[in-house]
Amino acid sequence: MKKLLNSLFVTSPDVYLSLNGENIVVKKEKERIGRVPLHNLEAVYTFGYSGASPSLMGACAEKDISLVFLTKNGRFLARVIGESKGNVVLRKTQYRISDDEQLSATIARNFIIGKIYNNKWILERATRDYSLRIDVSLFKETSKRLSETIQEVGSVRDLDLLRGYEGQAAIMYNKVFDQMILQQKEDFFFKGRNRRPPLDNVNAMLSFAYTLLANDVATALEGVGLDAYVGFLHRDRPGRASLALDVMEELRGVYADRFVISLINKKVVNNNDFVAKENGAVIMTDQSRKKFLKAWQDKKQEKIKHPYLGEKISWGLVPHVQSMLLARHLRGDLDEYPPFLWK
Amino acid sequence: MDSNEEADLLLSGIQHFQFCKRQWALIHVEQQWEENVRTVEGQHIHKKADQPFIKEKRKNKLIVRALPVQSDELGATGICDVVEFIEDKDGVPIQNSKESYVPVPVEYKRGKPKKDNSDILQLTAQAMCLEEMLLCEVSVGYIFYNELKHRVEIPITHLNKVKVRQMFREMHSYFDDRHTPKVKTGPHCKSCSLQNVCLPELMKKQSVSKYIERKINE
Repeated sequence: MKKLLNSLFVTSPDVYLSLNGENIVVKKEKERIGRVPLHNLEAVYTFGYSGASPSLMGACAEKDISLVFLTKNGRFLARVIGESKGNVVLRKTQYRISDDEQLSATIARNFIIGKIYNNKWILERATRDYSLRIDVSLFKETSKRLSETIQEVGSVRDLDLLRGYEGQAAIMYNKVFDQMILQQKEDFFFKGRNRRPPLDNVNAMLSFAYTLLANDVATALEGVGLDAYVGFLHRDRPGRASLALDVMEELRGVYADRFVISLINKKVVNNNDFVAKENGAVIMTDQSRKKFLKAWQDKKQEKIKHPYLGEKISWGLVPHVQSMLLARHLRGDLDEYPPFLWK
Repeated sequence: MDSNEEADLLLSGIQHFQFCKRQWALIHVEQQWEENVRTVEGQHIHKKADQPFIKEKRKNKLIVRALPVQSDELGATGICDVVEFIEDKDGVPIQNSKESYVPVPVEYKRGKPKKDNSDILQLTAQAMCLEEMLLCEVSVGYIFYNELKHRVEIPITHLNKVKVRQMFREMHSYFDDRHTPKVKTGPHCKSCSLQNVCLPELMKKQSVSKYIERKINE
């Protein structure tokens, strides 16, 4: 199994990254402020307009280190990708299936099953852990209805219908989401999902977490030779990593939502970490983004048992493993794509 | 087989194919490891073929390193580590030389002789390329094993040539269909460098449909 290495997050926009031997050197106004050996790194994320030398980009591409440029607020700008991993055969299969709505639906179905299943177990886990704080009967009822939806999705062979079920399930889940926020209720609440821009603290964090996750998934997909931009559930749209969004569906809840909720419940973040702009847009402060990234890294190191492989892996490797399993299905080794079914 | 460069397979693939057909397909059909193979081969050859353009002459021997070879019959191409051209009246004339020579391929291997005959088949394939390119007969070759620190003489036999032809036919048919054979697990999986890509253990797992069914009914 692939090893999970460190990610380097560069949050100051006024630094320059360069290559020195086998090291990445971080400079600020020509002064050296950091130095990290490349062989310890799996990914480098820069926020804001940090520069990077072409030789560093080349070294990253060569060593399979993903070098990602994001805006200050975490919106994706660019990724340095080396020579595309061989495997033309795999990509062509991916494109063929993507062109066929019905074939796409059989794979997309499993992404959605994964998503609803995981969200159901998020609710179940909450009723177990916080039975005194949440409306258990409402949660149980929602969980039951999600189970029913999963059963129905099982026989769907149509993309639009799938999206319909997914939408329904999302509404049910979002309705009770707010109850899982158990601390700092006056500053953190969830009344529904909004983005571009996020209008409250919770949505600001969710957006950031989804961006990080989408990047991890896209990198993992490219790493096993798949094209992150050609999806099955999400159809092609210029500049959209559709397949990354597909695979991410099943991970949004268990990976990102739970992470955000725990930051609030453990009071890692508080209201001072957010700034509301004049138009209502809420953005995270530099300080809070650093805390967020630190916690995100820690989360990646946590171990879980992969439900299908039965192997212990770290959370950070889940995108890689799912990508690999998807590739194995496309190549005809596995009868279906095995979604990550968390409990 | 017509002379179509595009369709040529790598001679070194014989080793992978003999080891595991799936491993060969992952490398040569799916290019899962192409980069590594290329790099490793590059380094491997580079070491001994520092100066492939300098011919070495020792008494009655002309030593040529990193010689690219090809065979239309096999639809294969590759590089011989070393080919020794031995002066011989019954040999063939070669470029830039007045004498006649018999070519003798020498392949360098890191370890010691393997249990299977993949090294021998690779050498045989090289000999077949030389025969085709130079219109001559190659009756013997050598494999230098680094661990033994000496070379082992290998007769180029009719039987092995038949085997090589048959293997390349099979490889071409997989290649043309872009087919990757399913996993056949075995003790060889333990020493396979593509374990992480192949995931042989997966084959012993339950079907995915059963997995989903079990999980959602739990």
